[in-house]
Amino acid sequence: MLEYFLQHILSFSIWLPVLAGVLVLFTANDSKPNLTRWLALFGSVVSFLVTIPLYTHFNFADGGFQFQERFLWIMSFNIHYHLGADGIAIPLILLTSFTTVIVVISAWEVIEKRVAQYMASFLIMSGLMIGVFSTLDAILYYVFWEAMLIPMFLVIGIWGGPNRVYATVKFFLYTLLGSLLMLVAFIYMFHQTGSFAITDYYQLPMPLNVQVLIFLAFFAAFAVKIPMWPVHTWLPDAHVEAPTGGSVVLAAIALKLGGYSFLRFAMPIAPDAAHYLSGFMITLSLIAIVYIALVALVQKDMKKLIAYSSISHMGFVTLGFFIFNNLGLEGAVVQMVSHGFISAAMFLCVGVLYDRVHSRQIDAYGGVANTMPAFAAFAVLFAMANSGLPGTSGFVGEFMVILGAIQVNFWYAFLASFTLIFGAAYTLWMVKRVFYGEVANANVQALKDLNKREFLILAILAVLVLAVGIYPQPLTDMTNATVTQLLSHLANSKLPAGL
Amino acid sequence: MENIRYDLITALPEIILLGMAMLVLITDLFLKQSNRIAIYGLSQLGLLLAAYFTVTTHVPSVGYAFTGAFVDDAMSDVLKLMIYIGTSLIFVYTRQYIQLRNMFRGEFYALVLFSVVGMMIMVSGQSMLTLYVGLELLSLSLYALVALDRDHHLATEAAMKYFVLGALASGMLLYGMSMIYGMTGSLNISDINHVLMNGSGIHAVLVLGLVFIVAGLAFKLGAVPFQMWVPDVYEGSPTAVTMLISSVPKLAAFAFVIRLLAQSLQTMAVDWQQMLLIMAVLSIVIGNVTAIAQTNLKRMLAYSTISHVGFVLLGLMSASGNGYISALFYIASYVVMTLAGFGIILLLSRKGFEAQNLSDLKGLNQRSPWIAFLMLIVMFSMAGIPPTLGFYAKFAVLQAALQAGFLWVVVFAVLMAVIGAFYYLRVIKLMYFDEPEDNSPITAPFDMRVILSMNALALLAIGIMPQGLMTICFYAISRSLS
Repeated sequence: MLEYFLQHILSFSIWLPVLAGVLVLFTANDSKPNLTRWLALFGSVVSFLVTIPLYTHFNFADGGFQFQERFLWIMSFNIHYHLGADGIAIPLILLTSFTTVIVVISAWEVIEKRVAQYMASFLIMSGLMIGVFSTLDAILYYVFWEAMLIPMFLVIGIWGGPNRVYATVKFFLYTLLGSLLMLVAFIYMFHQTGSFAITDYYQLPMPLNVQVLIFLAFFAAFAVKIPMWPVHTWLPDAHVEAPTGGSVVLAAIALKLGGYSFLRFAMPIAPDAAHYLSGFMITLSLIAIVYIALVALVQKDMKKLIAYSSISHMGFVTLGFFIFNNLGLEGAVVQMVSHGFISAAMFLCVGVLYDRVHSRQIDAYGGVANTMPAFAAFAVLFAMANSGLPGTSGFVGEFMVILGAIQVNFWYAFLASFTLIFGAAYTLWMVKRVFYGEVANANVQALKDLNKREFLILAILAVLVLAVGIYPQPLTDMTNATVTQLLSHLANSKLPAGL
Repeated sequence: MENIRYDLITALPEIILLGMAMLVLITDLFLKQSNRIAIYGLSQLGLLLAAYFTVTTHVPSVGYAFTGAFVDDAMSDVLKLMIYIGTSLIFVYTRQYIQLRNMFRGEFYALVLFSVVGMMIMVSGQSMLTLYVGLELLSLSLYALVALDRDHHLATEAAMKYFVLGALASGMLLYGMSMIYGMTGSLNISDINHVLMNGSGIHAVLVLGLVFIVAGLAFKLGAVPFQMWVPDVYEGSPTAVTMLISSVPKLAAFAFVIRLLAQSLQTMAVDWQQMLLIMAVLSIVIGNVTAIAQTNLKRMLAYSTISHVGFVLLGLMSASGNGYISALFYIASYVVMTLAGFGIILLLSRKGFEAQNLSDLKGLNQRSPWIAFLMLIVMFSMAGIPPTLGFYAKFAVLQAALQAGFLWVVVFAVLMAVIGAFYYLRVIKLMYFDEPEDNSPITAPFDMRVILSMNALALLAIGIMPQGLMTICFYAISRSLS
């Protein structure tokens, strides 16, 4: 029984939340919202528990794919239902299933209309995103990658803010455009290898010009998702209009899909192109880190500020990828997980304020610490983590990436470390204006401090942020073998012999 | 004697359906309006019988009847079965609609059955003349169906336009056929192929004939630049008839293209590939871009059809077994999507109210979450988003075109697919993000609701398990084309 479960654990991780979502959709409706909520919570918690053995039964010495499942799915095109996860995927899978629990709790009484559809969207999305992190077949991956857009499109469009239609259509079309180019690359490689197995693509030798085209096709898909400067413009729009849960999932997980996919596809499939274009990628990353941080500084809307801060932090992730060393890559993975916690927490904090005052503008607040002391304590902690204070998870990843960058080029590290200044500047300045000073207006005066539900989710996230910051060992142990193996793969040229 | 017996058995499904159409016409004379439901039953029974005989007389080999003018192969049987299923669904979906509009008469059912016989002859035609006769039987029935609601001025106008342009296209087709006949001395598909293989005939004349044939085919398929009639006819016809025009005849048109281009003019593939390429690209562009500007749902779907036809041509253009299989897969998927889409439009129409503007879909999620969900599947499938059937359709066609070496055409087509996604998303936006303007309850017969749900859910189910349909398409093409 346990044996069977462990052999199919990835399938369970993917399909349990999807099943729970469908169940929520059909068994409950708006007339019994509490039933819906409890059902969704139950589904998300079970789905999270199911993913835990991925950690406890993980073989830390093995850098390859574990928990593999494989059977023929579509014979005509040699497409397999092939799952497997390595040390980079599993932390992100756990992050996904965990975030879903947080999202369900955070929506508890906040979402009043069409509760079942809301909860179901997030549960289904969670399963699809875990699918993205755990497939080893290109078409299966593509199906999950695209299918995930559908619930997100609805979440932003139905429960979003006033400009939600523009934001959600922009989000969808931006992502779709990139993805379709990636599909063309997949089909091209299918005709070369006769298979859609990602591991077959790893072995496929290709001349540099083909590799560059394939890399750019992947770039179109992943850079939009991460998002990298200059294709980032959908993200602030989507974040501002999305409901809190939508923002949390977007920032904590959806952006990681892009980062993860660079490591899974673009770099190992086209390693020579990755080296060839690394200067370009590093430049874009540094622009994101420095320029977008400056953009964040002048934002008046809190959600927009955090959205820009996300882009800036994801710049660290891509920087870590393209300096091609152990510290950089591992730092990037740690940064992805840590950003998942911190950005989720930050968006939840904005949600807490928005639910009470219905404004996201910084100047609508002032002196919130006077009326909401407990909340202010959490918010300041997360703000510190966001600006990379040592002892919080935000520090670990950024520090590792900067150390890795120094080994390659001093100036990369120099520019990247600006973020520690700018990050502190925009985050703490926002905190100062919102939380400190005199009580600004009657709205702030009337604020009630956190209720138990909000306290619970912020406390869990705070513990995690500190835990990863103080003791990141379990996380780095997990990624270590995989990162080493990936780097040795990247070091080998895939150019055909004789060229 | 044995020969006649074989001929009759081979054409048994056509004969049965033709007989049933006659029976419907005669029975109708003796029925009161309250008993008219019997002709509905007779029509469905006819389709069922035809399906039964198509299946039982099926052999995996190719059989010729009527001195080689009629063929019974795997492709014809598969396509015929798809046509029966599609038509049967159309009967279910349109029953209430035509009852409410005073069109529930024997003529409707007889004409639809005649058009089905026409399609079947197109599917099984092995001589240019048989193919042409089948096409005319289909077209003439459709012209009459468009004008069935004769007091409706838009419908009359659409019928006139359809008829005039359709007759022109038939003329072009015949002219092209006569050129080919003049060069090869035969009307038989396989004979023409043999003659051309031997290299006889003046190439310039053959190409001239080919141009006319391709133009005629493009008109019937509704490919750019022969698409002018499509939006007007879609908009003007009663929705029940639009549903018919836009769905099953495309299957017959596919067979028509395969018989003429792939089977008889296969040696001229280099020539027609380029023509199809240009039409495919133009159809995808014009279909997708123009659809954005539409406010009328039926017109939007008309332009969407044009772009789908472009994708089908992309598969055909590959001129390989892989390409034909993918094109058949695409067109079969297209028919399933279209039937579900128009089914939902019919469901939203009621007495004295035609659901035909995009705004009629506003807030559908609040009026009926289930129907909105079904339409959501249809729209995402049309846009080609996984895990729906439409994704595999596009995937199959794109991989065939890429295999044939058309990389940049494929890249262009996917860029256009993004534009296409926009107007499908707009429909979803109206249903899910907007408030309803009209809160009248949605009434529909139980059987229609159930079958429509199954139809739309099939898009999801086949999208998750597409191998079955792929195998059928592979079987149909690989057994029929050597």
